[in-house]
Amino acid sequence: MDTEFWSWEHAIAVLPELLRGLQITILATVVGMVIASILGLVVAIVRRSRMRVVTFPVGFLVEFIRSTPLLVQLVFANLLFTQFPSLAIGCVVLGVHYATYMSEVYRAGIDAVPKGQWEASIALDLPRSRTWRAVVLPQAIRNTLPGLGNYAISMFKETPFLAFIYVVEMYAAAQAYGGSNFRYMEAITMVGLLFLLVSYPTSLLVRRLENRLA
Amino acid sequence: MPENDTTPAIQFQGVVKRFGDNVVLDGLDFTVAQGDRVTLIGPSGSGKTTILRLLMTLEEANDGLIYIDGDPYTHEMRGDKRVAIPDKRRSLVRRRVGMVFQQFNLFPNMTVLENIIEAPIHVLGKSKAEAIAIAEELLDKVGLSDKRDERPNKLSGGQQQRVAIARALAMEPEILLLDEVTSALDPELVADVLGVLRNIAETTDITMLIVTHEMQFAREVSNRVLMFDKGKIIEEADPETIFTSPAHERTQEFLRAIL
Repeated sequence: MDTEFWSWEHAIAVLPELLRGLQITILATVVGMVIASILGLVVAIVRRSRMRVVTFPVGFLVEFIRSTPLLVQLVFANLLFTQFPSLAIGCVVLGVHYATYMSEVYRAGIDAVPKGQWEASIALDLPRSRTWRAVVLPQAIRNTLPGLGNYAISMFKETPFLAFIYVVEMYAAAQAYGGSNFRYMEAITMVGLLFLLVSYPTSLLVRRLENRLA
Repeated sequence: MPENDTTPAIQFQGVVKRFGDNVVLDGLDFTVAQGDRVTLIGPSGSGKTTILRLLMTLEEANDGLIYIDGDPYTHEMRGDKRVAIPDKRRSLVRRRVGMVFQQFNLFPNMTVLENIIEAPIHVLGKSKAEAIAIAEELLDKVGLSDKRDERPNKLSGGQQQRVAIARALAMEPEILLLDEVTSALDPELVADVLGVLRNIAETTDITMLIVTHEMQFAREVSNRVLMFDKGKIIEEADPETIFTSPAHERTQEFLRAIL
């Protein structure tokens, strides 16, 4: 039933473009999360070191990134690195931005490993690197899996910011369709639905994971 | 320094340990001979556990020197200055010292077998096959061969502690530190753990330093008992003497309170 505000015809016509956009959205989320989870771990470990020369600048950088909006970082990086494609810049900025949050999740996970685990490792004379790799991180990362899932969902929902640096993800595709057909309502509604369709099942999955690990 | 029968396994020289304003060890001197089984008794807070933790480098002494087999361990004198020994060198001495903890501290992300072979492979450089062979022998010794592929959380406290003992022994320590190893166990599980330790005491010549509230065990296994009070040794004797006719008034009080 079509009205002035809603036309099923447009809602269906916009879908193929949105699905192309969704692929870019998912690609950016996956690449961004890979960067965030690796870099976040590196940041968490570095910040635990006792060398002030390293911890201080890294701590400053983390605070700086967390205190400025993602949108500003995206636009800024896009202006700065004109030689790289926008999509690549977008993935990296998303990854770095979320790495600062992921590092806190890792830190909490590492802190949750009982002191006795470190002491047992010392008593066995395990080298520090081996203690991290074989004892602490496997236990810590287990604790961080739900956090990782939650940040993946929130990153996914923040990908529309990529539209501001001309990456044609789902939201930009909807804007483009709206602009050329003068029908925004259907396009934007469908974007919302597609986001919901991906995030909601993912969040259920994360919750199940949380319960299983608890 | 060459090792011979008269070189003590452990020697403390004027060891001071403070936690803030609280002086836990105040210039402690004592030696443990090779193959000795020494039990440290005394009220909580008297510094017994701190001695074990210093020997495992889990704490660092504020002053004084500790020798293992005559080798300076964490600090040494250069001229008349006490300097810290870097961790790389400490590690070579630490390797000869093993510890079993009150809370077991097994690695929950590894199986029983993996717990035992981890350090022999990655510290002693043994091959995996060799490490497994040793581990299986030790599991047999502690009566847990059938648990080798279980995760620690599937085991009872007593079983976990026996795995922890096997894990410590897999490093072939010359000195074994036992820190209240039965205190976290349900009473009915204590006997198995003590049985394993008695067996180790009888069949090896590992030097043992034991902190325990199990006086019966102390009596059976150790050849020397040191009574601590306020960071000092106030009485020292063979178990028979100290448990039947303690000389010091504080020792009498302490034994009356716990027996």
